[in-house]
Amino acid sequence: MSGGSSSAVAGVVAGPAGTTEGSSAMMDGQAEAYNFAYLDEETKRMIRRALLKAVAIPGYQVPFASREMPMPYGWGTGGVQLTAACLRPDDTLKVIDQGADDTTNAVSIRRFFQRTADVAVTERTAEATVIQTRHRIPETPLREDQILVYQVPIPEPMRFLEPRETETRKMHALEEYGLMHVKLYEDIARHGHIATSYAYPVKVEGRYVMDPSPIPKFDNPKMEMAALQLFGAGREQRIYAIPPHTRVVSLDFEDHPFEASKADQACALCGAEDSYLDEVITDDAGTRMYVCSDTDYCGTRQAAGEEAR
Amino acid sequence: MYVAVKGGERAIDNAHGWLAEERRGDRDVAELSVAQIREQMALAVNRVMAEGSLYDPDLAALAIKQARGDLIEAIFLIRAYRTTLPRIGASRPVDTGAMRCDRRISATFKDAPGGQVLGPTFDYTHRLLDFLLEAGAEVPEAETDEADMVPKPRITEYLGRDGLIEAEADSDAEPPDMTRAPMAYPADRALRLQALTRGDEGFVLGMAYSTQRGYGRNHPFVGELRIGAVPVEMEVPELGFAIEIGEVVLTECESVNQFAGSKTEPAQFTRGYGLVFGQTERKAISMALCDRALRWEELGEENVGAPAQDAEFVLSHADNIQATGFLEHIKLPHYVDFQSELELVRKLRREAGAADAHAEAAE
Amino acid sequence: MTQDALSGGFADPARAAAEAFRASLDALARPGTIHRASGGSGPAPLSPAAATLLLTLCDAGTPLHLAGDHDTADIRAWVAFHLGAPLVAPGAAQFALGTWQALGPLGAYPQGESEYPDRSATLIVECGALEARGSRLTGPGIATEARLSLPETEAFRANAARFPLGLDFFFCAGDRLAALPRTTRVEAG
Repeated sequence: MSGGSSSAVAGVVAGPAGTTEGSSAMMDGQAEAYNFAYLDEETKRMIRRALLKAVAIPGYQVPFASREMPMPYGWGTGGVQLTAACLRPDDTLKVIDQGADDTTNAVSIRRFFQRTADVAVTERTAEATVIQTRHRIPETPLREDQILVYQVPIPEPMRFLEPRETETRKMHALEEYGLMHVKLYEDIARHGHIATSYAYPVKVEGRYVMDPSPIPKFDNPKMEMAALQLFGAGREQRIYAIPPHTRVVSLDFEDHPFEASKADQACALCGAEDSYLDEVITDDAGTRMYVCSDTDYCGTRQAAGEEAR
Repeated sequence: MYVAVKGGERAIDNAHGWLAEERRGDRDVAELSVAQIREQMALAVNRVMAEGSLYDPDLAALAIKQARGDLIEAIFLIRAYRTTLPRIGASRPVDTGAMRCDRRISATFKDAPGGQVLGPTFDYTHRLLDFLLEAGAEVPEAETDEADMVPKPRITEYLGRDGLIEAEADSDAEPPDMTRAPMAYPADRALRLQALTRGDEGFVLGMAYSTQRGYGRNHPFVGELRIGAVPVEMEVPELGFAIEIGEVVLTECESVNQFAGSKTEPAQFTRGYGLVFGQTERKAISMALCDRALRWEELGEENVGAPAQDAEFVLSHADNIQATGFLEHIKLPHYVDFQSELELVRKLRREAGAADAHAEAAE
Repeated sequence: MTQDALSGGFADPARAAAEAFRASLDALARPGTIHRASGGSGPAPLSPAAATLLLTLCDAGTPLHLAGDHDTADIRAWVAFHLGAPLVAPGAAQFALGTWQALGPLGAYPQGESEYPDRSATLIVECGALEARGSRLTGPGIATEARLSLPETEAFRANAARFPLGLDFFFCAGDRLAALPRTTRVEAG
């Protein structure tokens, strides 16, 4: 028992390897006290069972007993738990946020797994076996031997139309998605367009309507891919999945077909015209430039361009 | 030429260094020890234990120190620590009726067997800043007496004997464990009580207060509030009997609420229940009021649409670790999503402009 | 072969389970593909692949049904020591273990509920052999088609017709492992 006199009433617990340090201890290089990939084996088994059911029922949100992680809810705890449950010692991990490897939260999560799982890490999409992402799908097409793990804030696609879990669960059970179509149609009536530009709902394998996480709708068509896609919502305690080669259709109407849009520009750094672009304000006069959000894609193209020169 | 922003790793390292410096504060001022926090900031320690769901005053005090006094941050540290610990077993239910009470009051009876024990309470202090504390004056030792060993049976038992309060059915059913199973609705009472006892004190207080102001009023009296230590026992299969493994201080509140009754059933008082780690009476009373409000369905009451009656609303938003994480995550970059909104708004404005121009040309 | 109840666990539980889980995840995400799963072993007739799968997925929280020749005192003792999983009848099972003949009829297992289709059993089927030929498989996880030596087709066709309810299957032979989720359409090869 940790600390000699300490005890917990609701389930007696014991400290790992006799330490009394809190989670910060690990951040100070004491990862030895923690299990491979941080989570205990009982927790991993629970997540792994939920993952298998998620793969077996594409697009359906499997409830799971999400744990408190050493980073805050809303900062990728769902994705982190899935990655922890999936990682093998010889995996190569890539972590991106907004398409970039160097954003602070991506750095923080990547470091977490370097410390707790001692896995190799990379910024190259092609070299990674597991990719954890927030808000983007890499531009480089993913392969059979890769897994893409999404961080999901609100897994329920109808949550902002119906806040009650008890109600939305019934709608999914009855395949009653009228509410979703009414919402999209109201957009068209008001704006002349569907006014959803990210987290654009999809229907998976003709059955479940699913939230693709807040990726721009530009990324939606990529979801029919060769890699396995896993979605983790820690705070909301849900896991869902899209197996490889699964039909993923963005909701639309015959007279208003889905359109994957991006800024009508080319990347100012690599010249790409097919990649999703971030808009950057470069001076006081408000001058804008457009650059790839996928930093690996952009960097690889720039390097190739220089070689060709 | 423009170069994309880099340097996330260094920025994080530097931020952590600065944070450590700020945590220590002015080095000319003596550093706080964990023992000092445990002994002199005991109510903060209690809150961290209660909402962190881990009874360990030393770890809670350490968490408060590490969190620079931010109690929600401290609760978060404790939760993250406890969540992946292996489980050895479960304790037997504690008997709060056998509590060694430091405090025990009833608002429903002037006196009762066992007596009223005021205990270490702020209740009748005048809230005047005590500048002697600032000056570091020695605190005179309080008078002591022999321990009061008089049993203190629960007040509600006296009401129960005459059938004046609803009976609480005994159950040997294993309660659900919200830390090991995902929350599912409708939630039974055991699950609701778990969520409330680790729920944010401010949130539970606000919900309870709203019932008092008419949003689902249920006429509560504090039937009894008791604070004290109870032994914790655990069955050891190899021994075949339970052994005491320690003790915990708990605060328990039983509220006695508006009576229900009908032509077939005689009028009876109803109950609300609060039980929280440590001396945490504001939380325990709030919990009892919330529990009572959430029981409307099983007591055959009307749902008046009050927030405190809505179990899904209350339980989904009571956890401050979930709430603070999600609230603060909007600090993270969202520029990819913002960019797609920007494109859409520009497109809509362009089309609206074109439509206006077209209308003008037609006039 | 005799093996006592205490042996056959993972030598390095966290890493062995991580490897075995990825094999099972890959197998289920790509129906018809055959993977290796090893590291665990149990008393006969438990195959190494099935033992590894049980060690990876089951514990005191997962009711397990042992069917037919797999319901032996030795396997019960092995399960008690390594998993702690409660042994139950098919109707209460989250996992079930046995040969195809012994596991039937499939209707006896939890199929999931319309609001919770995940609350359905996973069957671990012990096979004599496992080959990438025979029944034709199409559906999620399969680019065009896959082939797998399944014990029959009709039961799987009926199972898929219940989607989103239904059972999911792992097939084990020696240290080889394949899987069939409820989404896969199965036709005679």
